[in-house]
Amino acid sequence: MNLNYTAEELAFRDEVRAFLDEKLPADIAAKVKGFRRLSKEDHQRWQKILNEQGWYATHWPEEYGGVNWSPVQKHIWDEESSRYGAPRSVPFGVNMVAPVIIKFGTEEQKQRYLPRILTGEDWWCQGYSEPGAGSDLASLKTRAVRDGDHYIVNGQKTWTTLGQHANMIFCLVRTNTEVKAQEGISFLLIDMDTPGITVRPIITLDGEHEVNEVFFEDVKVPVENLVGEEDKGWTYAKYLLTYERTGLAGIGISKAALQHLKELATRRIKNGRPLIEDASFSQRIARVEIDLMAAGISNLRIIASVEGGGMPGAESSMLKVRGTEIRQTINDLARRAIGPYAIPFVEEEMDLDYNGDFLSDENAAPVTPQYFNNRKLSIFGGSNEIQKNIVSKMILGL
Amino acid sequence: MDFRLNEEQQMLQDTVARLVRGEYSFEKRLEYSESELGFSADFWKQLGELGLTAVPFAEELGGFGGSGVEVQSVMTELGRGLCIEPYLQSVVLGGGLISQAGNSEQQEQWLGGIASGEIRAAVGLQEPQSFYNLNDVETRAEKSGEGYTLNGRKAVVIGGHCADVMVVSARTSGDSRDAQGISLFLVPADTEGLERRTYPTVDGSKGCDLFLNNLQLGSDALLGEEGKAAEIIEYQTGRAISALCGEAVGAMEVACDLTLEYLKQRKQFGVPIGKFQVLQHRMVDMMSELEQARSMAILAASVADEPQSDERRRILAAAKNVVGRSGQFISEQGIQSHGGIGMTWEYNFAHYAKRLVMINHQFGDDDFHLEQYAELLQ
Repeated sequence: MNLNYTAEELAFRDEVRAFLDEKLPADIAAKVKGFRRLSKEDHQRWQKILNEQGWYATHWPEEYGGVNWSPVQKHIWDEESSRYGAPRSVPFGVNMVAPVIIKFGTEEQKQRYLPRILTGEDWWCQGYSEPGAGSDLASLKTRAVRDGDHYIVNGQKTWTTLGQHANMIFCLVRTNTEVKAQEGISFLLIDMDTPGITVRPIITLDGEHEVNEVFFEDVKVPVENLVGEEDKGWTYAKYLLTYERTGLAGIGISKAALQHLKELATRRIKNGRPLIEDASFSQRIARVEIDLMAAGISNLRIIASVEGGGMPGAESSMLKVRGTEIRQTINDLARRAIGPYAIPFVEEEMDLDYNGDFLSDENAAPVTPQYFNNRKLSIFGGSNEIQKNIVSKMILGL
Repeated sequence: MDFRLNEEQQMLQDTVARLVRGEYSFEKRLEYSESELGFSADFWKQLGELGLTAVPFAEELGGFGGSGVEVQSVMTELGRGLCIEPYLQSVVLGGGLISQAGNSEQQEQWLGGIASGEIRAAVGLQEPQSFYNLNDVETRAEKSGEGYTLNGRKAVVIGGHCADVMVVSARTSGDSRDAQGISLFLVPADTEGLERRTYPTVDGSKGCDLFLNNLQLGSDALLGEEGKAAEIIEYQTGRAISALCGEAVGAMEVACDLTLEYLKQRKQFGVPIGKFQVLQHRMVDMMSELEQARSMAILAASVADEPQSDERRRILAAAKNVVGRSGQFISEQGIQSHGGIGMTWEYNFAHYAKRLVMINHQFGDDDFHLEQYAELLQ
């Protein structure tokens, strides 16, 4: 039993800190820490810095330009970069489609797409969910029919995060309607500039444009854009989802959000004293901090077991549920901490270059929108109910 | 990082597991519990013979200087077996207090026996008014002649009914909730003026309240420096909390196993009830609670024998808070998942449920530790 980092791991942490001290742009960190929206340019600027350092593709083998960090190193990176307010990489290219291409793609696909992900030439989005296929993803209906050297794609994808910035989309499409739902699905890579594709914004309850609908009308996709074998897409989709889930507990992000909450509660006043000294509020904070401490150790236990050669399995599903509940609780407390000023919707104060008077606290404006926005956490990446189904089946054998 | 037990620790845990499996069927436990002693003298003797009661003590006492992890390895298995022997009170807490506070004569007099299991200690730190605040001490120790006269009452002394020696706190100076002015005394069970009101406990063990009526003690009964016991009590209670977290995790493991097994075999509406999603999700929630408790128990063990610090205080308060909540959750949800059978005396699940809820009442419940943690917020 040893809960400490090794000397090498500590040295790595120092290296990460030195890098973040030197290279993380202050304006971007301020946006992340204050829950403010990031532009496409912010993401691209940070990606360029990471890629120059060689630290962008943390999940990839070195031969493709990845860093091949150990699970503990990845964890240190997650913790430190969250603490510093570095943006999380938009995952769809680097952490989602890339591992699938590396494992199941052709040599041509690897040569073509992986370098473009590293440099940011391609911005990927994910075409999984459909209006009629949410948790029951395998019931998806978007059709791809083979026509000579092409597939002709018709249908609709939805909840396409940051699709408005993307030039590439990876899609699950139905190539066979004669077999069981899971067995007739294929994994296609589609250029968003192909004629017949329309992207429409979906405005979420916090007023943000983060997700989209994507419509496909007789879209011609070259057959060389099929990943792996036709009708085997479900296997690749599941492989991708395990990658998606491991990071979803968001322990590092929760730690940063908790720090933000404590600072907010130190500035807010109740009964003439800082809110953080209020007995009932400080106990609410204490409670979530304790839960986060426990989830943090559970996360390390999974990491240590993966480091020792194990596979992250359904345990990460259990942690996804915990971790997202904790983040939602922290957002809830931040909203409570600003009291009646949770009510005004002052969009102009959400911009970093706002230089007027603040209605209340300088960090108040994004708090309520952030609370509502993060209701998504327990829905995406497999809803928390679906995660419990997975644990029930895979671990408990029910 | 490595969260596994090392080979020695694993062997230790396996030894306890084998012993518990062999000696502690549920039926036998009921017998032990109903006996006058309230536990198995024979099992206690075997714990001693196998060196398990010596685990936390120094080598010259026959132990191997085990720290929080080793103590938890023992306690987890005792928790799995729902064992009612006073290991926590005598070995971990009583032995711990005497080790830290005792002079060489006192250590020599008591620790060898405690480490071998031939002497049993119990610890009286709480009082009827003290709730979980161990600085709230109204029992008075007045100087008289060469020694002290004690008057007062110590509450819910688990294992006190059969202990050979009691370690009790009493106030030698200061006001009732001051940290300063608390002293510890060694009280042999046959001391004149010591009355015990003995009772069974809800979770199958035995305890007593101690009534100290003009109890006369020599100066050699003072354990540690006069008036300076609060820090020692806090430190050793922290070790006991870590040990108790280990016991709780053991009991929660079995409670979850029993519930899962039941979901698979109990049929209603023509199918195992584990096919119902509402029960599946409840079971997942129970497992998730168990895993959080396990994580915090590991963390508690890692600081149990470290020097005192706010970080140690925070971790132990957090661990006891999590374990208290998880234990109650698993008990309540486990009973609910079992339905009527979970309510019966003759089925073992109910006894795990009772123990887990009572653990929350030892050394402070989750509310108390949440308060403690909140005061240490940074």
